[in-house]
Amino acid sequence: MIDVSGLRKVYRDRGREVVALGGVDLRVRQGEIFGVLGQSGAGKSTLLRCVNLLERPTEGAVSVAGQELTSLGRAELRRARQRIGMIHQHFALLSSRTVAGNVAFPLEVMGAGRAERARRVAELLELVGLADKAGAYPGQLSGGQKQRVGIARALAGNPAVLLSDEATSALDPGTTQSILALLRSLNRELGLTILLITHEMHVVKGICDSVAVMRDGLIEEAGGIAELIARPGSRLAAELFPLPDPAPGDVTITFTGRADEPVVSEVVRKFDVDVSILGGALEEVAGASVGRLRVRLAGGERVAALGYLAERGLLVEEAR
Amino acid sequence: MTWEEMSPLLWEATGQTAQMVVWSTLFTVLFGLPLGVALVVTDRGGLLPSRPLNSVLGMVVNIGRSLPFIVLMIAVIPLTRLIVGTTIGTFAAVVPLTLGAAPFFARLVETALREVGRDTVQAAQAMGAGRWTIIGKVLLPEARSGLVAGLTVTVVALISYSAMAGVIGGGGLGDLAIRYGYQRFETTLMVVTVIVLIVIVQLVQTLGDTVARRLARH
Repeated sequence: MIDVSGLRKVYRDRGREVVALGGVDLRVRQGEIFGVLGQSGAGKSTLLRCVNLLERPTEGAVSVAGQELTSLGRAELRRARQRIGMIHQHFALLSSRTVAGNVAFPLEVMGAGRAERARRVAELLELVGLADKAGAYPGQLSGGQKQRVGIARALAGNPAVLLSDEATSALDPGTTQSILALLRSLNRELGLTILLITHEMHVVKGICDSVAVMRDGLIEEAGGIAELIARPGSRLAAELFPLPDPAPGDVTITFTGRADEPVVSEVVRKFDVDVSILGGALEEVAGASVGRLRVRLAGGERVAALGYLAERGLLVEEAR
Repeated sequence: MTWEEMSPLLWEATGQTAQMVVWSTLFTVLFGLPLGVALVVTDRGGLLPSRPLNSVLGMVVNIGRSLPFIVLMIAVIPLTRLIVGTTIGTFAAVVPLTLGAAPFFARLVETALREVGRDTVQAAQAMGAGRWTIIGKVLLPEARSGLVAGLTVTVVALISYSAMAGVIGGGGLGDLAIRYGYQRFETTLMVVTVIVLIVIVQLVQTLGDTVARRLARH
């Protein structure tokens, strides 16, 4: 649905070159929620804005819903953007317009008639649960309500994809959950493809099907969440379960979807090893429980014990 | 001077001042608003960036603002003759008044438009809005409270400028104060004229503030 290849963005600042994106490839499949996770300055915001060409990439190609955007003329690009919704961290609503007026804005841009605008606005406000706020001004709304207006506005053109620029970063935890739930239900019910950027792990954990971890203008790893966590040396797993740096010989065991099996006690019984647990956590990720355990094994048949754990389908990583 | 003698003089002068201010305000908005918009959109990172155009416009505005009004009024006499057909009278004063106030208003428009968040403009771009749509439906409506505040300041400045219009026979309250109050030692008339001017300025400012505040409430 979204295809980005060889994307580079270089800013020139008083003769100095700043590389914001150093060659990024990204593929978002139809109907999935794809999260780009990274610290501020990692380039994720630039990446998102390259997808609707708010930023012109220095090099590379961007295609959305099968349409190559970088080669479009001004008028064609405007039409293409009408089919790409976007929501913003600080909502970016028009303070001089009512809620209904804000949602009507993209419809006016598209040239919809008065009657059709009224009908669509009512539909969209119903969809985001703000039908009773049509006449209110953004200044009278809470942050969560403002973002709902932003979402209704972004959906006005029946977009194939929705771009979310840190849409929940300015909201409190409870409101964040309700906005994420709304995005999830839009994704399921309308088949809306969502590309979101965030610096918050819990957003990725809560609603993303796939994730890309970004750092210094590059994607470090990308893929389905469960698949990434089960991959040795995974950054995502390291960030999802913050554990202290391991000493040589320490073992990190990652469980995906089988967190309730008594493997540790089995190993102790079968291989006569001593197990000390150094740290660990259990997380609910994309509907499945995933756990990570840092242990130190000593004595007996240590090597055989590790082999057994790997055989059981667990990811076993030994620090050197 | 008795009140009966002063009253018709005051009414006539107030009418002339009102005429000058109303017409020059109209033309100031007509020229100053697009000029202010142009200053913002041609700037770096604007909707239509053009460094040469931006520099030229900036220079024109600065020249207009650096000339003392009394000098400007004399300097543009040939232009006034070309446009109005005469160089004296109330309507002749509208030309220099507009030329003096339009650059001033343009700067205030520029400041008001810059208050509109970059976020908001980019959101409109992301929705596929073109430049004219963004100017007409985002920049100007979002800045309307600041625009009204700027217009209020401009009208007050025009009232003050118009007091100098007596030099080219424009009449008005300032002219009345000079001819009677200063040259004929009619102190009472001078004082009354000053009071009338203060009242007019107060009214304009209060009205402007009220409208600006109402628009900013949302």
